[in-house]
Amino acid sequence: MEWDWNFVWEIMPTLLEGLKITILATVLGAAVAAVVGLVFAILRMTAPKPIARATSFIVEFIRGTPLLVQLYFIFYVLPDIGIRLPALLAGVIGLGVHYGTYAAEVYRAGIENVPRGQWEAAKATNLSARQTWIHVVLPQAIPPMIPALANYLIAMFKETPLLSAITVLELMNQAKSVANSSYRYIEPMTMVGIFFLIMSLISVVFLRWLEERYARVEER
Amino acid sequence: MTDWSGYIGLILQGALVTLELTLMGSVLAVIMAFVAGLGRVSRFMAVRALATTYIEFFRGTSIFVQLFWVYFVLPFAGVTLSPLQAGVLALGLNVGAYGAEVVRGAVKAIGREQREACVALNLTRGQAMRHVILPQALPLMLPTFGNNAIELLKGTAVVSLISLTDMTFQAQVVRAQTGSTLIPFAVILVLYFLMALAISTGMRWLERRVTRGLDGVRT
Repeated sequence: MEWDWNFVWEIMPTLLEGLKITILATVLGAAVAAVVGLVFAILRMTAPKPIARATSFIVEFIRGTPLLVQLYFIFYVLPDIGIRLPALLAGVIGLGVHYGTYAAEVYRAGIENVPRGQWEAAKATNLSARQTWIHVVLPQAIPPMIPALANYLIAMFKETPLLSAITVLELMNQAKSVANSSYRYIEPMTMVGIFFLIMSLISVVFLRWLEERYARVEER
Repeated sequence: MTDWSGYIGLILQGALVTLELTLMGSVLAVIMAFVAGLGRVSRFMAVRALATTYIEFFRGTSIFVQLFWVYFVLPFAGVTLSPLQAGVLALGLNVGAYGAEVVRGAVKAIGREQREACVALNLTRGQAMRHVILPQALPLMLPTFGNNAIELLKGTAVVSLISLTDMTFQAQVVRAQTGSTLIPFAVILVLYFLMALAISTGMRWLERRVTRGLDGVRT
């Protein structure tokens, strides 16, 4: 079978429709991941020991199991206990919780990398806990986290095709349905690959820039 | 009451397929990682460019897209693969691309003085790589390789979508036949976690093995 440009232009609107959902899922998933990651990080660092242990275990468990199975779990098991979620919402929650465990590690590393001397200095200058966090710790902890978080954002973007398995009509699913109705696989599948490749090549450039901008705060 | 023993057998059969995929995928990934990783530090421009293209291409798209591409598009180019072959190929090439960056990073991390000592001892480039650089670089690679192997294990779930009867596929079969959702999915989640645990334990053991005798060589 030959590559057919006319067919490519014909399916383009459908694919772009899917791309919109893909981007929407990524943005929402990232928001959920940022919050979930923060909760996990705080629980692991400040909660009493048994809770911190349990959180660590949950984080390890989520990181050790496939996202696809977690999505199935959310989409198929939760309705049995009365929580019926629309496919996109289930997908966003799945993505968010999965990548939240990665974000938690980034937060923890960022905060632990602030030297002890900074905490002691804050105490010595009689800052309250709130002031210490807002004016001393977070301004130093957040910039180095940004490239790492952006890295996971890109990873999450690339994982969104998994949502097609729970019937979300994102890019991959649109391509599959086009392919199944026209019996032409080359163009839709290749276009999906090209879309992702272009997006991630752009984001690699963006990531390099972020790294240069934020990774070297200590040297200032 | 459902008779679970048959269904458990089905899931265990799937677990075998998952293990098989993980193992074969890892072998291909390690080979690709070393070929492309050493390719990136080659002195020939063409080899470097080729390795970089491979790495960027496979890291730029997800395993899912690559798998579908291999399975659905390659047949039109005359290459028809069984689902298992497609799965191993896509997983191995994908994770190999991530591994290649690890190999490159570890080789680069070995100090200049080691290379200079090799030149002083008149070792050829091949000898220097085999006897001096790689033995020291290997322990640096192992922890990340462990993580990559777990990523590969997690990636195997995707092959269920091209109708390969792995653990996730069998869980779907059980769900369709029994109508029970919690048990099959909870069981395979636990099994995946145990496999990931086995990988990370195995890698830590391997790390101790290869660092033996290197005490004091690196600071």
